[in-house]
Amino acid sequence: MTGDHQTLALLLFSVFVAVTLAITTWVSRHRHGSAEEFYAGGRLFTPMENGFAIAGDYASAASFLGVPGLIALFGYDGVLYVVGFLVGWLVVLFLVAELVRNCGRFTLADVVAARMSERPVRIAAGTSSVTVSVLYLVAQMVGAGSLVALLLGRSGGAAQAWTVIGVGALMVIYVSLGGMRATTWIQIVKAVVLLGGTVVLTVLVMARFHGDLDRLLLAAAGRSGHADAFLAPGLKYGGDWTARLDFISLGLALVLGTGGLPHILSRFYTVPTARAARRSAIWSIGLIGGFYLMAIVLGFGAAAIVGPEAVRGSNAAGNTAIPLLALKLGGGADSTGGTILFAVVAAVAFATILAVVAGITLASSASVAHDLYASLRRRSGRQRSEVAVARVAAVGIGVVAIALGLLARDLNVAFLVGLAFAVAASANLPVLLYSLFWHRFTTRGAVWAVYGGLIPALGLVVLSPVVSGSPDSLFPGVDFQYFPLQNPGIVSVPLGFVAGWLGTVTSTEPPDEAKHAETEVRSLTGAGAV
Amino acid sequence: MQPSNSRPHGGGGGPENTSGHHDGQDPAPEDMRYRDPWYDALASGWGEGDGTGLPVAPVPAARREGQIGRGADGAGEVYLEVQRSAAFQEVRSRYRRFVVPAVAVFFVWYLVYVVAATTAPGFMARPVAGAVNVAMLAGLGQFLTTFLFAWSYARHARLRRDRAALELRWDTQELTRGAAGGGAS
Repeated sequence: MTGDHQTLALLLFSVFVAVTLAITTWVSRHRHGSAEEFYAGGRLFTPMENGFAIAGDYASAASFLGVPGLIALFGYDGVLYVVGFLVGWLVVLFLVAELVRNCGRFTLADVVAARMSERPVRIAAGTSSVTVSVLYLVAQMVGAGSLVALLLGRSGGAAQAWTVIGVGALMVIYVSLGGMRATTWIQIVKAVVLLGGTVVLTVLVMARFHGDLDRLLLAAAGRSGHADAFLAPGLKYGGDWTARLDFISLGLALVLGTGGLPHILSRFYTVPTARAARRSAIWSIGLIGGFYLMAIVLGFGAAAIVGPEAVRGSNAAGNTAIPLLALKLGGGADSTGGTILFAVVAAVAFATILAVVAGITLASSASVAHDLYASLRRRSGRQRSEVAVARVAAVGIGVVAIALGLLARDLNVAFLVGLAFAVAASANLPVLLYSLFWHRFTTRGAVWAVYGGLIPALGLVVLSPVVSGSPDSLFPGVDFQYFPLQNPGIVSVPLGFVAGWLGTVTSTEPPDEAKHAETEVRSLTGAGAV
Repeated sequence: MQPSNSRPHGGGGGPENTSGHHDGQDPAPEDMRYRDPWYDALASGWGEGDGTGLPVAPVPAARREGQIGRGADGAGEVYLEVQRSAAFQEVRSRYRRFVVPAVAVFFVWYLVYVVAATTAPGFMARPVAGAVNVAMLAGLGQFLTTFLFAWSYARHARLRRDRAALELRWDTQELTRGAAGGGAS
């Protein structure tokens, strides 16, 4: 990389940081410090604004860097990721968005705790929400790190570490100063920038092939060295039955995980009504779907124009395929066009990571302050304001994510996000669906559903080849691998549902009919919604 | 309706009849609805089927049954009362009649796609036209069905659920306020 690339990319990135910091300052000028304001941005966003913000929140480094990278390396198998990411939105739209907006105030635990004995349920749901958020954050941090390694031309080393630290520090500033209102505007700006950048790249790729998708696919297949196999499933997940089962497991996690992501659920609290929540989900499905269709084109474009070898040479996991593609599309490493396009794409990717990181940090600090702190604090102790606790929690979560991000920097971003989805699908979705739809569900069932999904999901990841026992693992030196799959979803999601059922049927406490009636009536009509 | 009630009631009676309804603190539901800042936002949809000319059968109002709830103590009773009302059951069954089959269909279709991609790569690799094979078409099909499901859900909810749910919302809030007020005085 030449100095021009770095200077321009850093300049553009600084512009984005300056703009978002200005937004943060501007929206927090009349700060009231209320929880309503901090967690939900006053609940006055329009469906369109929220739809863009959701798209900005959801289209993470995994989507912009990870997925095209996977497609560039493995062809069609990368497309399978994208389909799971999108179809999962139907679960959100049909079963979650409106009902959660009607029943809850700030977090997922609000919905569950409304029906149950509050303390244990809040602690359980808060713990699992924070876990999912931290896993998701790590993925974003890894994306930021590998991007900077490419930008500064040095793999690994101090630059990567300092980026991870810098991104973490910035997001903590955004979140703790601006709360949900600043976070939302940052996500909207980011969504517009990301979609704009993706459209430009897609148009350039298609122009190279004279608008002929067929030629693009054939060129990608030809350059990949796999011929037609590149355009069909099987290159990554087609080996032995373990690999195939691993993919089914991932697919299940992706489609069911979206509905359990805390930072997505909390976005629905920023609009005034359930109907607005539904319309924001529709907006986001349109935006995300369009974005993913373009991401597929870019992935095959990277395979055809850059070539899988060059992609792999730059980053073994493929995370830098899109910046490399931009460089080539602009005319190569020494051209002005290449420099500009590369810088723009690198800045867009940074913006993507920052915005997502801010959203997740906010959601998890809400879980810490609103669920965990509110349940665990000693009654006699000094009462701090919940929002002050949330600001401190944002700092703490930032530190944890930075530390883990430095540890996990060689894993593919899309793969890491797959793990976060698996935990969300196992620990958060069962308890959420049971509390919304099952009239017999009890406190014990709720607590069991959360831990019965969370513990197996995390335990199986620890025992999987991701952590130990293979050359690519986190700790290649040791071997305590007993579970063959990389993604635990196929085991842990059913376990979460079974545990919730088992806890309910073995519970001595009778189900509270009145509370169930309240949840059901409120969830479908919006009566008493804040 | 008590015959000794001195207040004249026209037609159906009850809080719906706003003209000449001045009995104290309780605002009439219609008044409340117009004071609600989100009523306008709710009423403006995507340009079809929103106005008064709803093409669907109206849901029976919960108020008549809900009046029993006024005597009950506590908001919990009110919610049970509303849950048993025909109006709520209708809204719930409309929601479920759409969502349950829709979830089943898209979930099975997605699982079939994923399982086929992993267990039958030969079939998925079969070329259809040029570089496009079965797998490509199936992937695009997933995008297309997702968009279609989202659109039809939004349409179904807008036309068949929103108005009835909104009515129920105001009625329920009215009842819970009544229940809370009754307990306080």
